[in-house]
Amino acid sequence: MERNALSVRTQSLLWVAQRASAALLALCVVVHLATMVYAVRGGLTAAEILARTRGSYAWLAFYSLFVLAIVVHVPIGLRAVLEEWVKWRGASRDIALLGFAAVIAWAGMRAVLGVFL
Amino acid sequence: MMQVKVWRGSAEGAFQQFEVPRHASQTVLDVVTHIQRMLDPTLAYRFACRVGMCGSCAMTVNGVARWTCRTHVDKVAQNDQMEIAPLRNLPVIRDLVTDMREFFNKWAKAKGQFSGSLTKNEDFQKVKPDSPGRVAVDAGIECIGCAVCYSSCDVVAARPDYLGPAALNRAWTLVQDERDAMSMERLRAVAGDAGCHSCHTHMSCTERCPKGISPTAGIAGLKREIARAVWRGTL
Repeated sequence: MERNALSVRTQSLLWVAQRASAALLALCVVVHLATMVYAVRGGLTAAEILARTRGSYAWLAFYSLFVLAIVVHVPIGLRAVLEEWVKWRGASRDIALLGFAAVIAWAGMRAVLGVFL
Repeated sequence: MMQVKVWRGSAEGAFQQFEVPRHASQTVLDVVTHIQRMLDPTLAYRFACRVGMCGSCAMTVNGVARWTCRTHVDKVAQNDQMEIAPLRNLPVIRDLVTDMREFFNKWAKAKGQFSGSLTKNEDFQKVKPDSPGRVAVDAGIECIGCAVCYSSCDVVAARPDYLGPAALNRAWTLVQDERDAMSMERLRAVAGDAGCHSCHTHMSCTERCPKGISPTAGIAGLKREIARAVWRGTL
């Protein structure tokens, strides 16, 4: 039976990575939501928001970290979901998830750079 | 009198209805025994000690896995009705009897055997009763192997190769045993997708364990120990 393409050590590392990225996400989501609420309730226009984010290395660093945490966290979680709900396991699943990670990294960084540049 | 529906058959089968007299302090096992002795001698079920030590009489009562010898009818019957089925997550051999081989094979896969390092020529190793390891072992050691936790675990249902709460709890008590010499090998056996890292912390095992053990806590402990071993590069 095609059991697992990854070593036990790698499987354990994935778990550690998911825990660590979850901790990071808890922080990022709170900051992100607070920022959204502030921007909307303060009545900032798109131009005013862009004026704050364009060229700001602090926002670039924060949202890049946010994207990185998502790119690590989501595919590892989906790995378990795919196994438990559709019984997809083995190397094909892990390669597909690597592809998925690349897609969300690309989409996420595109959005981050969209408001930075 | 109460109406009792009992599973008949194996994977395929149906519930059969029986009428059983109520008594004071009656247990679910008493009910099943009454049916087998008085109403239908072909009913298959399993029990041994009747006092909550052997772990052989667990069944699904009104949808919940329980040790039937220590479960009073008063506690579980609803409007004098009861439904008794075999344990979930295990193949049914016949009626209320499940095939528990896979359950115990997983204890072996999780390296559930003690492996000491001393020979008989050496003195006994002394373990302080209040040492953290001994306290952790005490919390998990009273498992009777009834498979109530295994039957209640949704992760076992979702991925059949998952070792399950009982085997992982056993591994945890050995990892915490300072006399044991197989710790790292055992951590390797219980790490990863089929092991402790698949636990979703639903805590059904902890909720249902008749001995009040928390396999969830042991599994969390294993995750911690494995994370440490990965960090140190010893896994």
